[in-house]
Amino acid sequence: MSNAFHIVVCAGIVPDPLQTLEPTTGPSGPGIKNEMVLPAVLDPWAASALFEAASLAAKNPGSPQSPSKVWLVSLGPKAKLQQVMMSVAQKVSFELVPVDGPIGGFPDAQATAAVLADAIAAIPGLDRERMLLFGGWESATRGAGVTLQLVGERLGIADQFQGVDQIELHEDGSFEVLERVEGGKHQVSVCAGVPAVLGWATGNLAEPRNNPQVGMANMRTIMPALQKAKTATLDGNGLHYVSVSLPKQQRTTRVEKNMNADEIAAELVAWIGAE
Amino acid sequence: MATVAGTVAIPESKTMLTLPGDAVRQIQWRFSDRFDLQMLVASARGVARGTVARLVAAGERNTHEWTKAKDEMMDAFDRAGITAAFMEPEEGGFIVGPKNLALGLAAFELAWVDGGAATASLAGFLALSPIHERGTAEQVARYKKLAAPAQAGENRKPWRGAFALTEPIPYVGVDTGMLSGKVRVAEWKDGEEPWLQVDKRGRFITGIAFANFVTAAVNSDDERIKGSCVVILEETDEGTFDRGTATKKLVHQLSSTGDPVFNLKVPASRIVGGYTVKDGVIVPNFNHSEIIDAVFRRTRVPVGLMTAAKLLSAAEPVIRYQRQRFRGAEGAKPGSVRYEQGIQQREDALHRLVDIWATGEAAASMGFAAARLFDELDPLEKQKTAMLKERGIGGGRAEMKALRESEERAIELTKLRVNSARRAELEADPLVEYVLKDAEANVLCPATKLWNTGHGANMMREAVSLMGGYGITEDCPGFLANKWMDAQLEATYEGPEAVQRRQLTVTMTSEVFLAQFAAWTAEMRRIASTHPGTGACTLASAMKLWAWTLNYLQKTTDPAGGKLYHGQRQGVTFALADALSWLMASRCQILDVLELETRGAVDAVAAEGLGGTVQFLSDLCHTQAAQAAGEVSRICAELVFGYNRHPAWDEQDHRSCFLAAELEELEETMPGIMAMAVDVLAADGSHPAKAGPCAGCAGSSEFLRLQSKLTTCLTGSRLAKDRAAETVSKVMIPEALDYPAAGAA
Repeated sequence: MSNAFHIVVCAGIVPDPLQTLEPTTGPSGPGIKNEMVLPAVLDPWAASALFEAASLAAKNPGSPQSPSKVWLVSLGPKAKLQQVMMSVAQKVSFELVPVDGPIGGFPDAQATAAVLADAIAAIPGLDRERMLLFGGWESATRGAGVTLQLVGERLGIADQFQGVDQIELHEDGSFEVLERVEGGKHQVSVCAGVPAVLGWATGNLAEPRNNPQVGMANMRTIMPALQKAKTATLDGNGLHYVSVSLPKQQRTTRVEKNMNADEIAAELVAWIGAE
Repeated sequence: MATVAGTVAIPESKTMLTLPGDAVRQIQWRFSDRFDLQMLVASARGVARGTVARLVAAGERNTHEWTKAKDEMMDAFDRAGITAAFMEPEEGGFIVGPKNLALGLAAFELAWVDGGAATASLAGFLALSPIHERGTAEQVARYKKLAAPAQAGENRKPWRGAFALTEPIPYVGVDTGMLSGKVRVAEWKDGEEPWLQVDKRGRFITGIAFANFVTAAVNSDDERIKGSCVVILEETDEGTFDRGTATKKLVHQLSSTGDPVFNLKVPASRIVGGYTVKDGVIVPNFNHSEIIDAVFRRTRVPVGLMTAAKLLSAAEPVIRYQRQRFRGAEGAKPGSVRYEQGIQQREDALHRLVDIWATGEAAASMGFAAARLFDELDPLEKQKTAMLKERGIGGGRAEMKALRESEERAIELTKLRVNSARRAELEADPLVEYVLKDAEANVLCPATKLWNTGHGANMMREAVSLMGGYGITEDCPGFLANKWMDAQLEATYEGPEAVQRRQLTVTMTSEVFLAQFAAWTAEMRRIASTHPGTGACTLASAMKLWAWTLNYLQKTTDPAGGKLYHGQRQGVTFALADALSWLMASRCQILDVLELETRGAVDAVAAEGLGGTVQFLSDLCHTQAAQAAGEVSRICAELVFGYNRHPAWDEQDHRSCFLAAELEELEETMPGIMAMAVDVLAADGSHPAKAGPCAGCAGSSEFLRLQSKLTTCLTGSRLAKDRAAETVSKVMIPEALDYPAAGAA
């Protein structure tokens, strides 16, 4: 059979991980200091999903009448999205579905999922019977861990997989999925067919290099889409955070003057073993 | 203390939140509406902080040879679209129209990490430039197609080129007007195209290790060929195409440089721009000087931007080093001032970084202004050529004569009021626009190359010094020592500082330029009235002093009657060229900050914390304007007074001195005069112990008035520096540099 997929990737933008992420409390609750001015990137987990989506579409192009296609649905300030697109759009082919919304803070996953599901449902030409909904299993910031599942449920997709590292298609339209489980192992599942939700871990693909030719082609649809992006507000639903904090840095430094290299190495090995 | 409604002399204090990001730079450097350029920046940045940084960190600069890893860097340029940035879409590129800003941005991003990598990318453009600027349609089509990266479905490596101009010892770095490379007729059968024998030895030729073709400047060694020309040589041509030995550069080791030897037989169709045959003589359509002028006029700007990038790239690693300097030491406990602020608790460390940062901002502003100007000038130049051709005017002196009227109209335009009816008419004249922009470009290009690289190299040394001993190690984050050393090459290649000063000597006295300069001076005063914190008033005073000095020197002679402003008198002309470059850089910097303030508010990303960013960048402008004013004041004073003979204790100059007895008499009628008189001769003829009677200022009182005004215009500049320093001590920086240091790859 000719596999032609309509792959929708949900991906947010996050501050560049190298930036200083300092928790702060503003009028609307906890957030990250100066987030609007920090350089942003596509959330790395969701970025893996995008690259896997593009690869899957390229390997399964479908037919000229019914080609595979990738949409990137992203919620964030459109000026910020535009900045991120200058790099992301050069990597793989996709159509952007931007939703002009707020950045920062800790939005309610239900509200976010509702906005994303509405945006996906409104994509012209999207065949939901052929849809694969991709996204990140985790997030580089403030991952609620449930947003993608909620989007899937709102769109009526019951087959959901999380921590996905691989998808392999079968001739009969079914597909095999590797999901991460404990101990560095994968759980193997076989799904009868699309539609399905796949929350990606890192996958197996390297980040594609920037290619301005791809970027220029994408920009023909991205720039008009950004100009027409609908505005969304996220209802807090009474959500209230008691406190937020950065993960504790696990780093202990000891200046050691009286041990030789072998002794230091032995202690390191013992420490690693104890961990 | 209000000066003008809505403004205050001491601006409200605001703090910049983070280092200026892309949204800010795109507005300042005027490409916020060009997503093709924004993508090029993203792409070049990826290669610079990825592939290039890893090469540097892994020690690939430690060999002069062209290695596989360095070759892979060129492939990375191809994949990232950097190579194609020079091409039109139909040639395999993705940017439509003039490419000066594009090439400048790509060079800027690459040089942020390594100048040699930037040079490696530029060298290919340099080789193609003679063909792009003056080549025949066939030449342009062939070589640009070959040099374009492979398109989807193609399996080929793009051709790479080298530009062979300079020649070997004893003629290292020869003047571009003098060549030893020769071309003669090898074979010329009746009715067929002639074949040429090209004999050229190159020295310091960039990109030669991997060049598939070379554009070489040669002189005729045959009465059947007229003058000089540039010829295209291919590696498969009949004869010797010897790449020679690698130059043992101490800098820019990620670019290939060598001393090739060519002895090749090529068809005459390889003469760049073609030729005609007149009375049995091959007459190249363009001599090598005409081609080189067109090439270097544009390619020098990206070089200036490279040094600017390095200066700005130094801010983040220096701040991090300063703040973390004492962490880990026994005496610096977390929470203590020493732990939290490190060296930044000392004003000197902050002030010195402010100076470096201000220089980087000014250099970038001037370089990008020059690049944009050439983007505007390119189509105008074509339009001018077409218009003159319609009138039967071909070029050379005829063109200069034809443009004289346009120059007069242009000068008139600079003097008209904004609401003048005549203004619209003159502004609509493409020839007027051309001569204005041409005159500006003729100054801005050499000023960028001269000041950015020359003064930039000095300031890179400052940046290295701020890192202490760490600065001169390979481990120094940001590769600052490499960048310092590299800056010296940037000040040298593509025309060393003396060449730029020489060009400025001529172009800065153009009437059209000086008319614009006067208008810009008035513009700075107007800006100062609404933006007193930018230092625009200081700059305007310095510009006025410079213009007065130039005018004075052009009319004045030395004690021996020799003209002061003369092409051969570089002690005068070059110094004035230096001073002008300071002024131009400072002006561009101020204009960029105004642009940010005006347009930043409507950009959602830039608008966040805009007040603080504008405040900081304005303070840098003020700091830089004060530096520029100081340089101009010093240089101009030296030139105005330095060529006067100092009075001596001789008979003639004694006449201007008081005699002690004479003073005593005068004291009776003019009490206090004895205290004011400095040159007093005793009865025995003895005099105070100094060089001679103090020099007067006859003829220069206006200079002293202007200089005095300039001095007082420095008021507030150190307060601006203090504010900028405070911001430097507070601004948020990333946790880590986004490219590795040595050994981390």
